Amino acid sequence: MKLIKPILVLFALAGMTVALSQASEFFDAKELAFQRAAMTTTPEGPADQPWLQAINPNYIDTTQYATEAPWTICFSNAGVNNAWRVVGWTTMQAEVDLHPEIANFIHVDAEGSDDKQISDINGLLASGNCDALIVSPNTTAALTPVVESACKQLPVIIFDRGVNTDCPVAFVGPIGGYAFGIAGAEFIVDNLPKGGNVLALRILPGVDVLETRWSGAEQIFKEAGVNVVGAEFTEGSTATTKAIVEDYLQRGNIDAVWMDAGATSVAALEAFEDAGAPYPIIIGEDQQDFLIKWKEEGLTAIAPTYPTFQWRSAIIATVKTLKGESIPSPWVLPQLVITADTLDDYIEPNMPPLFYAMCGCQTMPNFPQRWGGR
Amino acid sequence: MAPNVSTEQAAAGVMRGRSWHPAIAGVIKVLPIFLILAGILVWIAFLNPRFLEPAQFLNFIRRSAPLMILAGGQLFVIVVGGFDLSQGSLVTLTVLLGALLASGDPSTTWWVILLLYGIALAVGVFNGAVTSYLRVPSFITTLGMLLTLKGAALLATGGAPRGALPTNFRAFGRAYIEGVPLLGRVPWAVIVLLVIGGVLIFLFHYTQFGKQALAVGDNQHAARLSGVNVGLVRIAAFVVSALSAVTAGIMLGGFSGVSLNVGDGLELESISAVVLGGAALLGGRGNMLAALAGALTLQALFTLLNFLGLPSPIRVAVQGVIIIGAVGFASWRAARGGQETEA
Repeated sequence: MKLIKPILVLFALAGMTVALSQASEFFDAKELAFQRAAMTTTPEGPADQPWLQAINPNYIDTTQYATEAPWTICFSNAGVNNAWRVVGWTTMQAEVDLHPEIANFIHVDAEGSDDKQISDINGLLASGNCDALIVSPNTTAALTPVVESACKQLPVIIFDRGVNTDCPVAFVGPIGGYAFGIAGAEFIVDNLPKGGNVLALRILPGVDVLETRWSGAEQIFKEAGVNVVGAEFTEGSTATTKAIVEDYLQRGNIDAVWMDAGATSVAALEAFEDAGAPYPIIIGEDQQDFLIKWKEEGLTAIAPTYPTFQWRSAIIATVKTLKGESIPSPWVLPQLVITADTLDDYIEPNMPPLFYAMCGCQTMPNFPQRWGGR
Repeated sequence: MAPNVSTEQAAAGVMRGRSWHPAIAGVIKVLPIFLILAGILVWIAFLNPRFLEPAQFLNFIRRSAPLMILAGGQLFVIVVGGFDLSQGSLVTLTVLLGALLASGDPSTTWWVILLLYGIALAVGVFNGAVTSYLRVPSFITTLGMLLTLKGAALLATGGAPRGALPTNFRAFGRAYIEGVPLLGRVPWAVIVLLVIGGVLIFLFHYTQFGKQALAVGDNQHAARLSGVNVGLVRIAAFVVSALSAVTAGIMLGGFSGVSLNVGDGLELESISAVVLGGAALLGGRGNMLAALAGALTLQALFTLLNFLGLPSPIRVAVQGVIIIGAVGFASWRAARGGQETEA
């Protein structure tokens, strides 16, 4: 029993730290305007292979990095700790298999820790085996210095989350968080009955990729004068999501639910089912459980995506760099939004519930088994 | 452990003076938790009068049921002087493995559930045996088990949930019995809670095992000398805790579907609930009804903070402060009453 007190003190300290870390602002009006414009720009490249497309590409010369194959490509991964990253990581490995010039592909998993990722990268650099380094940073600021020192030794490609330096050959990634948030919010504004109530559900505070999604949406809701009855944190838990929505439904009507990620969209919908309330306008993502529910119930829905095909593009960018072919830098990938019209293209009944369909992997060898499908 | 008069009396099943049954006497001793619970419920009802309508209130109980069952299991382990930190990841394993094995096929539900309870039995026996016979503190044993189970769940599913839970599996946490007189519709989860809660109360207060568990936690040497098989009692306590975790997992999976983090942090919530209910508030060292009420109080507190519209980071902090406050209050009250406790 003596242990209980220290544990409880730790709980409280953890809670207060979270509370205090709330203060920072993530809003960047210029970036928001840029992303808003990028959403309506037609990308260059083959329309049926969006992982090869780029928005407003600025091609750079990479002949200085050209080396003879076979290569060893090293990859420092922030983590494989959610379903999105699992799909992306599987897709990336499948892409590597398509390139016989890649003799070795070395993967180090930082397990969601900045410290581990920094020492991972230092280890890779010290080994001297890598011809190129791909980094998916765990957090932006913490990884910047080690990426800068890596740039001095070999070509570096960054994808998914960014770093605060332009020393890498290219940053590969979709348009960004504001665009994601805006896509859902605009759909709600367009479909919301007059005076309707919107509930916003967010995963966590303080994570830049998630904060930008909410700032983008908040901006749209403000401009349209929409009544947002609450913005709640679900911690990505389906049970918490369902409980929060149940509580809101007890207090009044909810006409639309905006979400910053789709993994708990189905749980939010189930709360409406269990309460006997009509389905709201809902924002999801490209994961199967949501897409199937959308189709079955004929929901008024939209699914902005943060495409998992960017994991393919990172390999493609690296291969091009080592061949000395020019690549876009930054390489802004299209950030496709699934609508009622395109829904059928992304439904894969044989795939696991949290399979993210925007992987560009449907035509790759060993699909669907390699991605856990039947 | 300090000598605790009420426990010894309860363990012996003898009450001096007024001859209350130990279970009832314990409830009276830990009455404050029920007052706090009532206070929070009244506050919620004040903010939202519909909360006390049968349908809404039963929904609240439904949501609380998994944590209450977890707390009931945790109480056995805490009462024998340990902690079970592996509860949360066993919940996650239950949901992920259940979905993987059942793959949405209703005909598999029964053997999947049976298999899951088999795993719980193995986990409980392992936790208990390592703690008792290798003398590894339960804190470490179950922390190791937490990591092992989490790893197993990730390994089995490849890091992302696969499959789906069939409707009849999910019924325990999600379905309703329609058309019940007066109440309207009653969630299955409430029925499950009544049955499991009854079993837990019976085990804790009315069986030899329950009394021996209290005796072991109070003074294991004395218990051993008086013929209690201390190791076996400990193992049994961990088994009850693991079985409760699988039960909670089945209900949570039913309530909200498959997710990777369904069990995250539940072990700490169940420990908090037990502390709020039994161990802390007026030091009856363990009372099942009070532990269940502790879990309900914690869930009511979450709901209240939700209704108050506080931003969730503040909620986390408030939760911590209230728990420390409750334990501190109990210790202070106990000290003033001249009764020693170690909370």
